[in-house]
Amino acid sequence: MKKRSLVSINDFSREDHIRILDLAEAFEKHPKQHILEDYVVATLFFEPSTRTRLSFESAATQLGARVIGFSDSASSSVQKGESLRDTILTVSNYSDIIVMRHPKEGSARFASEVAKVPVINAGDGANQHPTQTLLDLYSIRKTQGTLNNLNVAFVGDLKYGRTVHSLVMALCNYQTTFHLVSPVELKLPSSVKMYIKEHQHAYYQYTELLEVIPKVDILYMTRIQKERFSDPIEYEKVKNSYILRNSMLEDARNNLKILHPLPRINEIMSDVDDNPKAYYFTQALNGVYVRQALLASILGVVE
Amino acid sequence: MEKEDLRKELKVSAIENGTVIDHIPTQSVFQVIKILNLSEYQNQLLIGTNLESRKMGKKGIIKVSNKFFKSDEINKIALVAAAATLIVIRNFQVTEKRNVEIPDRIEKIVKCFNPNCITNHEDIPTKFTVIDKSELKLHCHYCEKITARGNISFL
Repeated sequence: MKKRSLVSINDFSREDHIRILDLAEAFEKHPKQHILEDYVVATLFFEPSTRTRLSFESAATQLGARVIGFSDSASSSVQKGESLRDTILTVSNYSDIIVMRHPKEGSARFASEVAKVPVINAGDGANQHPTQTLLDLYSIRKTQGTLNNLNVAFVGDLKYGRTVHSLVMALCNYQTTFHLVSPVELKLPSSVKMYIKEHQHAYYQYTELLEVIPKVDILYMTRIQKERFSDPIEYEKVKNSYILRNSMLEDARNNLKILHPLPRINEIMSDVDDNPKAYYFTQALNGVYVRQALLASILGVVE
Repeated sequence: MEKEDLRKELKVSAIENGTVIDHIPTQSVFQVIKILNLSEYQNQLLIGTNLESRKMGKKGIIKVSNKFFKSDEINKIALVAAAATLIVIRNFQVTEKRNVEIPDRIEKIVKCFNPNCITNHEDIPTKFTVIDKSELKLHCHYCEKITARGNISFL
């Protein structure tokens, strides 16, 4: 993976994904290693995303790297009207790798073509956020011991959620049965369902959350945003149907784990947090190890 | 009869050497000119539009003197003129006749329909892979969204 950019989850093969997860496992055991002391990591956040930025910066500094960058475009030369090409060309003179978040789709691909150093996409609009997908895969493998023969439920906004689309596609590399729970207006796009079919997996669609809980190993919750509905009455009708409460988990499998890309608003009630099945905060922590694995392997410090 | 034919033929004069692009839908004539960058062309260029056509009702035709297009170059017009016929003329004689084909990749000429695509905000040439030639679906190299037939517009 040395010197390769990571823009889209499909830029890396299934074997690459596994390699990253294995490396992340090693970093989880020893997260503080000074193996990136000679490196400068640039984090260019053209739109704010505190969680993702801090996760990358924590990953980099724990490995001894220096971090430079900006946390929102208001504090950068973009404000003065500089083109993305110029910003990227300049920053690639100052750093060994660029981590970039940008509100426009395709910006990361373009940056990876312009930059002299590798680029890691930390989210380009509604398009891709591959490090989220890798940390989701890591969390699933860690809690279930495998990525094969799992029943995975996705709940909430399956139409617009890019994390859902990427994770569904990544899981198609393994034996997965998909359970898709959403309001009718926010069903998984047919192109993604087609992708599941092409990979010869089964999927089932539901509008009720409760009936799916006993059937699955992973419950991947997402937020339903009001602005996604063309009809506000429709939103009012469904808004409480996809809220997970602790009492709903009585019939769940023992190995069930609840994931959420965070931030959550009210779709998981706080009484779930103390249930050992709640995994979303650990999931976020896993993001640090996965990003350590990516930085170290792309910089060529580990094989 | 012969006279009638002759008159029809002469609506757009013959060329000695070059390429005739026939059977262009009338609404696409100026797009074809744009795609092939013919407004900059320095040699003789004959353009006819709203001509009668048995096949199409009305059609457009462009005759480009002293120009022999490479396939990659001419196939770009398949997006707006899928039924176009190419006629290669040498010394007033037809030496080759063929149809255009939709290319596998399309660069620079089509706008990505996704308003949030980076190519619509920065000075970046667009790039698409044609993933479905019959339905005409273009996969944007940058934002990864599909621009389909009904959404295609030209830069």
